[in-house]
Amino acid sequence: MSDVTAEGGHGAVPTGPEVPVQPRRAAVRRDWPLYEVFVRGKRGLNHVHVGSLHAPDDEMAIDAARDLYTRRNEGVSIWVVRAADITASSPDEKDPLFAPSGDKVYRHPTFYEIPDDVPHM
Amino acid sequence: MGHEETVYEALANAHEEGHWAFGTGFDDPLAGVDTTVPDGVDHADLGAYCLMLGDDALVLAQRLTQWITNAPELEEEVAFGNIALDLLGQARLLLARAGSVDVLGRSREHATASIPDEDALAYFRDPDEFRSTALVEAPNGDFGQTIVRLLVAATVRLAVLARLRGSRDPVLAAIAAKGVNELTYHRDHAARWVLRLGDGTDESHRRAQAGVDAVWPLLADVFSPTDVERRLAAAGVAVDPAEVRAEVRDVLTTVLERATLRVPEWPADAPPRGRAGQHGPELTELLGTLQGLAREHPAATW
Repeated sequence: MSDVTAEGGHGAVPTGPEVPVQPRRAAVRRDWPLYEVFVRGKRGLNHVHVGSLHAPDDEMAIDAARDLYTRRNEGVSIWVVRAADITASSPDEKDPLFAPSGDKVYRHPTFYEIPDDVPHM
Repeated sequence: MGHEETVYEALANAHEEGHWAFGTGFDDPLAGVDTTVPDGVDHADLGAYCLMLGDDALVLAQRLTQWITNAPELEEEVAFGNIALDLLGQARLLLARAGSVDVLGRSREHATASIPDEDALAYFRDPDEFRSTALVEAPNGDFGQTIVRLLVAATVRLAVLARLRGSRDPVLAAIAAKGVNELTYHRDHAARWVLRLGDGTDESHRRAQAGVDAVWPLLADVFSPTDVERRLAAAGVAVDPAEVRAEVRDVLTTVLERATLRVPEWPADAPPRGRAGQHGPELTELLGTLQGLAREHPAATW
């Protein structure tokens, strides 16, 4: 398995020897690390990945996230995390990881009758 | 757990604002504000004061806009654009307030009737009718100097608007209340950069210090009250800028010392220049860019 990093919000990108990534983005960006941004909307229950950005450090990443991703009044809370700190599953492992759940329909709660007075199910 | 955070409440609220994924939730800070001028307040003074505060915001917004397509990082370019838009919004409200009390200067000699008052004031006044200070008019310099000027200008404006929330003019009070949140972010964002540049590399420290040394003399034009400000401050409408000097000095000294930057000698107050309509050629050049299109095509829309 090659080394895999989360890059630019597009999921896992292999960075092993078989996929050369030259020139290295970090060098071009003068070592500003890549951050992934998660925003919780006004009525959202959890933080949702909205994109990525470059920032010199954690605190400035919050400022940049605020300026880039909450311009239209979207958010009430922001998380930023260095992309390098995210461990992502590899596209190579897609079948072993996810295919086995594909035929197990009984894991969905679709065999219950929903009472009439339970809204929003 | 707040009521917004329960699953059913959140889902039930999902239909309030139609189909917007995040909701809009925008509110108009001036909705329902009484626009009657308070008793005993001179209309010409109120309008002149609105021009002072509005022109500071308009000119600084234009300076920040000059970084668009030129900022060192895309992220910071968007930050400057956002800050400029906040200031432009403040300018719009303040110039509209000036127009509402018929302080329009010579702008109506050039602007056609269909042009709103705030646009006439922004696009069709000559430099000698502007009431901004040298602090916001000076050229940007490099990124370090731009950030230092933003820190100083936002600190001054935040101190003034924080007090202006108690103005007897309900419109000024509402504009100030809106602006305080915006300016707190502007000041803190600039302060975070000054800390990093000052306490960063030798080169960033050198540039930040050069920025401080270039910006500090501009403070001489900021704290001297005009007669208009004195009269309106006495009437409970305006803020005497001399009143915020100590607070501004404390904030700036704290940030600069933490950033390992040398605090220059505080300049002596000079008689008001910018507030009296006296400006250098840099404002004429700036307004040439700002006003050129509107003056060339007065009825243009886009």
